[in-house]
Amino acid sequence: MRGTKFVRTRAIVAIVTAFLFVAAACGGDEESASEAQGATGPIKIWYSNNPEEIEWGKQVVNAWNKENPDEEVTGQEIPAGETSEEVIAAAITAGNTPCLVFNTAPAAVPQFDRAGGLVNLAEFEDGVSYIEERSGDRAAQYEYPEGEYNQMPWKANPVMIFYNKDLFKKAGLDPENPPLATYDEFLAASQALVDKGGVQAAIWPAPSSEFFQSWFDFYPMFIAQTGSGQLVEDGQAQFNNEDGVAVAEFWRQMYEEGLAQQETYNGDAFADQKSAMATVGPWAIAVYGADIDWGVAPVPTQDGIAPEETYTFSDEKSIGMYTSCENQGTAWEFLKYATSEENDGLFLEISGQMPMRTDIIGTYSEYFEKNPEYEVFAEQAERTVEVPMVSGSIEMWQEFRDAYSASVIFREEDIQPAFDSAAESINGLIEEGS
Amino acid sequence: MAVAARPPRRLINRVAGRHPVGVAFAAPYLTFLALIYAYPIILAIYMSFHDYFFAAPGAQVDRPFIGLDNYSTALGDPAFRRALLNVVVFLVINVPLTVGLALVLASALNTALPFRTFFRSSYYLPYVTASVALIGVWLWLFNSDGLVNAIIGEAGPDPTWLVNRFWAMPIIAFFATWKQLGFYVLVYLAALQNVPQELYDAAAVDGAGKLRSFQHVTVPGVRSATTLVIILATIVGANFFTEPYLLTGGGGPNGASISPVLLMYQEGIEQNKPGYAAAIGVILAIGVVVVSLVNRFLLERD
Repeated sequence: MRGTKFVRTRAIVAIVTAFLFVAAACGGDEESASEAQGATGPIKIWYSNNPEEIEWGKQVVNAWNKENPDEEVTGQEIPAGETSEEVIAAAITAGNTPCLVFNTAPAAVPQFDRAGGLVNLAEFEDGVSYIEERSGDRAAQYEYPEGEYNQMPWKANPVMIFYNKDLFKKAGLDPENPPLATYDEFLAASQALVDKGGVQAAIWPAPSSEFFQSWFDFYPMFIAQTGSGQLVEDGQAQFNNEDGVAVAEFWRQMYEEGLAQQETYNGDAFADQKSAMATVGPWAIAVYGADIDWGVAPVPTQDGIAPEETYTFSDEKSIGMYTSCENQGTAWEFLKYATSEENDGLFLEISGQMPMRTDIIGTYSEYFEKNPEYEVFAEQAERTVEVPMVSGSIEMWQEFRDAYSASVIFREEDIQPAFDSAAESINGLIEEGS
Repeated sequence: MAVAARPPRRLINRVAGRHPVGVAFAAPYLTFLALIYAYPIILAIYMSFHDYFFAAPGAQVDRPFIGLDNYSTALGDPAFRRALLNVVVFLVINVPLTVGLALVLASALNTALPFRTFFRSSYYLPYVTASVALIGVWLWLFNSDGLVNAIIGEAGPDPTWLVNRFWAMPIIAFFATWKQLGFYVLVYLAALQNVPQELYDAAAVDGAGKLRSFQHVTVPGVRSATTLVIILATIVGANFFTEPYLLTGGGGPNGASISPVLLMYQEGIEQNKPGYAAAIGVILAIGVVVVSLVNRFLLERD
């Protein structure tokens, strides 16, 4: 009887094991990369889910499909998820990414690349020349040290200080020349806004702990303060230097004096006029322009520098081509079509976001004559800095965010030791990944 | 007396038992178990011993065996230790409160109360309502300019409730207790139907008041339900995720309300370290099983 039970158990285990192996082995795609790069035919693309980019995406896809009926492009919004990066990462693992995603965050590119999800665009014959001619010197920030381009820099939203002129007037501040150039000026203006402007916070960056939140409080000011420095350079963390600590001390004071809030605002604090300033890109004009009399200023630095010398964070989104794409030849041609001078112009016109191409103001002079309010963002777009292209990028940003939350937002630790400790961990992560 | 030799059993009977058709009946459920439970558990254990990360199908990636590294990293990680402590805080508040309130409310709702159906539905309503909607209400209650602060004024804590290191976890535990209470009230209501009325009558004859009857008849009468409620509340409580994810903005302030499952999500999904997340999951699962067994042993012994 024991023998029978044993045989039966073994049989069940064997069936389950075989089943698991079959399940695990499913989905392997052996098609070689080089074959795919020359292949043409129908492709799918994803674009962002804001109304402006949907409209642009539909127009470009329709125009392409009229001209190329044999290489039909099907466009859709990125499926809903907590972040686009999570959705794309899940799709890479499942092997069902579209050919192109017009919303690939540069910080996630090293992770997608490690997962074997991205096509190196430098392998296309005209890949490097096309990217570098279109984006100029800024393209170098998106290139891997080995010369790989695992993304096509597409459009930027250079981060600036957007402010509500009416609330500035109410606080007794000059709305046309707001005193926001230095940290002292910014703090004084913030105090006036809270005391007299009737707002809960002068500025309300998200105080939550997601890895990307530092791109909208610490990082733009760190870039400005260092004159175009990155969080990590030459494999070494830079934020624990004098400039990084100065920026952190500025924000700590903002939180300490209640000029920025530790609580997450459930909604849009700037739109609801609970705050008088926001760190945003040109997309904000379309979103807030109709309801708020707005102005824009460069991000502040400790001692103040000329606006034309101020660098900031690009808040750039790239186009990624994904390895599950069978017709990569068509995908590459469509990518170039969508980023042509004409379609970049259409994108600018519909969304107000800045294509990552050289001399935007000269190329689209007619647009900027009609829409002069966008010019300041276009000028700023020429002086933008990207996140560092390092392995373990998201982990690195999370490490930094945790140190920033502890020492700046919630003031549970001193800044220098918290930053030193985070820098040490980040240096270790980079070394591990190299 | 010679014993007749048993006829040799056919292979199919040796494998599938005396009634092979039974395997066919059991197969759908066996497949379901293998796919939905066995495969993920085996894969999670495998992942926890490797430097595992998610990759595209067919991609040539290296996921080396790293032994217990993920486990030792987890046990040395301050965020994980904080998450475990938070589970303890959560359970210490949630489980006794759940048992106490659910039993008292169920007893009250079991009596001839005016509007009894209305009250029964009211307590059940939070349980069937989406957490996201309820959390929206609680955010409105506990924000710095929310209803609670508007009522108590200066007596509110500084920093305010949800960004206060001391208060964030208790509020999460209170929220979870309130949300789940309807279900446990229902469990107790069902159990109360099996407590014989004669016991209450006998207790009354012996001079027991309502409180004594509750203490000496009701509480022992629903003991098996209490075991179930405690074990369920412990398992559900140890896996709390939505509350710190939404109510305290991702386990804030500064990780003070992080939970193991939220940490698994952050490490495994956001940072693509599923091997490490799997190790956290395995430790958590073992912990929950141990606590549940201890609970069962303590509660069911005579």
